Amino acid sequence: MTPEMQNLYQELILEHNHYPRNYGRVENPTHEAEGYNPLCGDQVHLTLRVEEERIADIRFEGKSCAICRAATSVMTTVVKGAAIAEADRYFEAFHQLLTQEEAPLVSSLPAAVQEKLRIFSTVRLFPIRVKCATLPWHTLRVALHEPEKKIATTE
Amino acid sequence: MQELVAWARKVREDFPILRSLHPSGRPLIYLDNAATAQKPLAVIEKLADFYRYTNANIHRGVHWLSQEATQAYEAARERVAAFIGAASEKEVVFVRGATEGINLIAQGLRRVWFSPGDEILVTQAEHHANIVPWHIVAEEVPISLRPVPLTPAGGIDLAAVAQAFTERTRLVAISAMSNVLGTEFPVAEVAAMARERGIPVLVDACQAVVHRPIRVQEWGVDFLVFSGHKLYGPTGIGVVYMRAPWGEKLPPYQGGGDMIRRVTWGGSRYAPPPAKFEAGTPPIAEAIALAEALRYLEEKVGWDFIQAYERYLCDYTEAALQSVPGITLYGTARPKGAVWSFNIGEIHPHDVGTFLDQAGIAVRVGHHCAQPLMDALGVAATVRASLAFYNLPEEIDQLAQTLHEVVRFFAHTPSAP
Repeated sequence: MTPEMQNLYQELILEHNHYPRNYGRVENPTHEAEGYNPLCGDQVHLTLRVEEERIADIRFEGKSCAICRAATSVMTTVVKGAAIAEADRYFEAFHQLLTQEEAPLVSSLPAAVQEKLRIFSTVRLFPIRVKCATLPWHTLRVALHEPEKKIATTE
Repeated sequence: MQELVAWARKVREDFPILRSLHPSGRPLIYLDNAATAQKPLAVIEKLADFYRYTNANIHRGVHWLSQEATQAYEAARERVAAFIGAASEKEVVFVRGATEGINLIAQGLRRVWFSPGDEILVTQAEHHANIVPWHIVAEEVPISLRPVPLTPAGGIDLAAVAQAFTERTRLVAISAMSNVLGTEFPVAEVAAMARERGIPVLVDACQAVVHRPIRVQEWGVDFLVFSGHKLYGPTGIGVVYMRAPWGEKLPPYQGGGDMIRRVTWGGSRYAPPPAKFEAGTPPIAEAIALAEALRYLEEKVGWDFIQAYERYLCDYTEAALQSVPGITLYGTARPKGAVWSFNIGEIHPHDVGTFLDQAGIAVRVGHHCAQPLMDALGVAATVRASLAFYNLPEEIDQLAQTLHEVVRFFAHTPSAP
């Protein structure tokens, strides 16, 4: 076991991979989208119920690697109950955290959300795996804002 | 066996990149040879020497440099022709790679061969390079692909091939060796069945050609393609073998300089093959360096050694991988080259790949450009370790040991939330 691997696969990531939250399908969803990474075959299906511009419920299904599955699980926990505008802010912050050396946006988020998103900060050091962690967030964006596209990819 | 391993150790020294270290400081263990092979110093120097001493455009200069370059380029064609056992070097067309080769053949056949409703017999294990070009043809001439299913061990059953022929079969286009499973397919037997029915045969030899010499006439095939970069040569060069009458029958793929006999405002008459299919300035240095790779393999490494040692490595790797708890190996049928695809329990190949990379071990994870095969195997992706004659048993030991660590790491059950 190398220290790099322990950094990438934080205990919390392994825990979410093992015990994913909000797994399954929302009944009578108002929004849904499929996320697919053609490079590695990661696949995520999101179903949501949006009420008055707020994500009342969100669930996911799919086959994916540990990073993607944990990122999806964590995402559902932070956006459930959040206003759509808030979820958009989380997306921007998470994306910046994984792709930029300086990531100030995340610091402006509620402490509990920050803490959950930051467990993925070391993924930035594994460029090929960044798409695994951002796939659910791209999928959420498609579900909320571009439902006619139906399928999100990280390409 | 000790002698074989000793020779592998010796020829390994010809590959400068194999002395590289992973950014973590661990030695590189390169097991992604089916994606591309590493290059011996002889090939690297040949490329540089061409630009240093011989560079000129070919087939068009009266000056000595152009003549030297032309001579070297045409000598490369002769070496390739001899390597695959072609009847004449005129049957050898240089292209950028096997993908361009299949597209060249597909677009040619589209114009002179296919009619609506025709079928192409393929295997379930084809690479996208032998699927998508036919789908593109099908957009203009409605033809379809009929895949021969694989046996559970990943081989091809000739009875299944016989069943797949129909009255509409107009072409057989098969891989000689699966890039995912490593299993070799009975090309000569399938070609004989096609010949009885008067159907031409195209062979994707990208993987097969790396592991043993190919004899196109003994196989009795009409077309064969392979890429230089998997055969220890440079990128940007590939070969199309086209049995003699086909070069006349097929229309050109691209138009331009060097492929014409006479051009007027009224139209163009084409040069005879192979020039007809080589419009524009070809990859001259790459063709010459590919010929150097063939020389290196024949004269320095030795094909007898390559075949014997890779058989040993293939069995050695199978035994080492079988020791990993929960592993599923895909493609155990023989004969097969030293390519192993596998999955471990529910652990995603991407996680395995990153873990191996951190240990300095380069493997390929994903669908390997063979999504229909992944569908047939019922998986989204696999891990693939593909070996070359410069890989050593201790590298395989390292692979197996690291896979044991992967299993332990992901078997660890975190405390419940």
